[in-house]
Amino acid sequence: MRPVDEKTFLVRALTMAGPIEALAAMAVTGFARLVTGVRGNWRDCAPDPRPRVYFANHNSHGDFVLIWTVLPPALRRLTRPVAGADYWTVSRTRRFFGERVFRAVLIDRNPATREADPIALMASSLDAGSSLILFPEGTRNMSDEPLLPFKTGLYHLANARPQVELVPVWIENLNRVMPKGEFVPIPLLCTVTFGASLQVRDGEDKAAFLDRARAALLALAPEREGSR
Amino acid sequence: MTATEQTLALFGGIAALLIVASAIGFVLERRYAAAGPNAVIENLNSRIKSWWVMVIAIGVAFAFGKAGVIALFGFASFTALREFVTLLSTRRGDHLALAIAFFFILPAQYYLIWIEWYGLYSIFIPVYAFLLLPIIAAMRGDTKAFMPRVAEVQWALMICVFCVSHVLALLTLDIPGYAGRQLLLIAFLVLVVQSSDVLQYVWGKLLGRRKIAPLLSPSKTVEGFVGGVLSATLIGAALWWITPFSPWQAAAMALIINLMGFFGGLVMSAIKRDRGVKDWGQLIEGHGGMLDRLDSVIFAAPVFFHVTRYWWTV
Repeated sequence: MRPVDEKTFLVRALTMAGPIEALAAMAVTGFARLVTGVRGNWRDCAPDPRPRVYFANHNSHGDFVLIWTVLPPALRRLTRPVAGADYWTVSRTRRFFGERVFRAVLIDRNPATREADPIALMASSLDAGSSLILFPEGTRNMSDEPLLPFKTGLYHLANARPQVELVPVWIENLNRVMPKGEFVPIPLLCTVTFGASLQVRDGEDKAAFLDRARAALLALAPEREGSR
Repeated sequence: MTATEQTLALFGGIAALLIVASAIGFVLERRYAAAGPNAVIENLNSRIKSWWVMVIAIGVAFAFGKAGVIALFGFASFTALREFVTLLSTRRGDHLALAIAFFFILPAQYYLIWIEWYGLYSIFIPVYAFLLLPIIAAMRGDTKAFMPRVAEVQWALMICVFCVSHVLALLTLDIPGYAGRQLLLIAFLVLVVQSSDVLQYVWGKLLGRRKIAPLLSPSKTVEGFVGGVLSATLIGAALWWITPFSPWQAAAMALIINLMGFFGGLVMSAIKRDRGVKDWGQLIEGHGGMLDRLDSVIFAAPVFFHVTRYWWTV
């Protein structure tokens, strides 16, 4: 399946104020608040409508919903998650939420079949004034490690749009709300912590940049004693 | 006075007090604004705001009667349990037990109080949940830190569901000559506990010198404790007209409530210290969590319920 092209998305973005989409968005953020009582902690950066890339740890399908929920409503409308097309296009319901409610930038994760370059898709979405939510681990972290190694997408995107701020975002506790293999979420308080933004430095190579970005994200994780 | 007249008189009085308090807070803020932010005044104003929220929430619940109060305290229990479980060191093996705690045991406890089945709601969590949840956790096969994990889950349910639900259980008491007024018992309990919290703070700020429990709660002083408990006991006595008690009995009840509330606050502080947090949560920005508001009510409610039940009901 092919990601919907950028123009279609923009048209939809402008007509997004549709009452059904707005209601669905309210239902999603309301449910997220009921289960997680989520709080946004803008620790080292302030909300800003300029295009940004929020990059976060990824443990659960609900991760971007939490970030989306704590963004001020005006920013929420400008902020689009980057997500796998394979997940969001399989059914009418998912398609509705993915395309019309979250307005995700859908990426074909299979290089063999993809028709559009993911980095180009993300960059043009930034050019159009949107901010992005990106999970640089590339997949959900099911290990005991706090954070997997980063894929290279963040680096390429940072080079494609070097003026855009990259904001590390740590999502805490959502992995306990619904661990892998469980079907019922248990209500627990979650926090979303925003760190200081970073950009690629002159002459910084891929490995050094990805290490620095990963360290900036890990530094936001609260220290906790005891095991999970 | 009828029950409705008493309730209106009570809420009218509280609203008048809060309007005066808000006015004082506003004037203080204006007068000292030039000197920069003042932590004491900010704290006072945020307390006044949270009392408004509390009084309005309880007032609306009272307007809907028993169903309204069940909805309010059911929500309070849910929120409190969510805060408590967040701080537990549970593992994946506890997931099902916790889901059952949230989605079966909590609603079941409130349902049992709704149908006024005293014989079951008073032992449901201490007996049945106590035995059922460890069985479920054991079936998952994860034995690491098993005892502390099941003990913590049981404690969470006792504090956040069992104890909180006893505020509501006051409605089920059948007191001769007091039919249809049980909502006012809830008002009595909450008012006495809250005024004790406030007056301990005020007396502590005015006269506080000797710390009463420096390791648990550095801001609590002997002077605040004595002054707060005594003056809140007087307030309790002055509220005898909304209770089935005589003035002396109301004072004794208020004293029990205040002492349980004080020590409850210390216990809950000890838990927070152990887990390295200042507040249980952030229910309303900057006002702490549900458990920060309820800690003293939680410890006072079951004792107040049973003392009243033993000596006043038929």
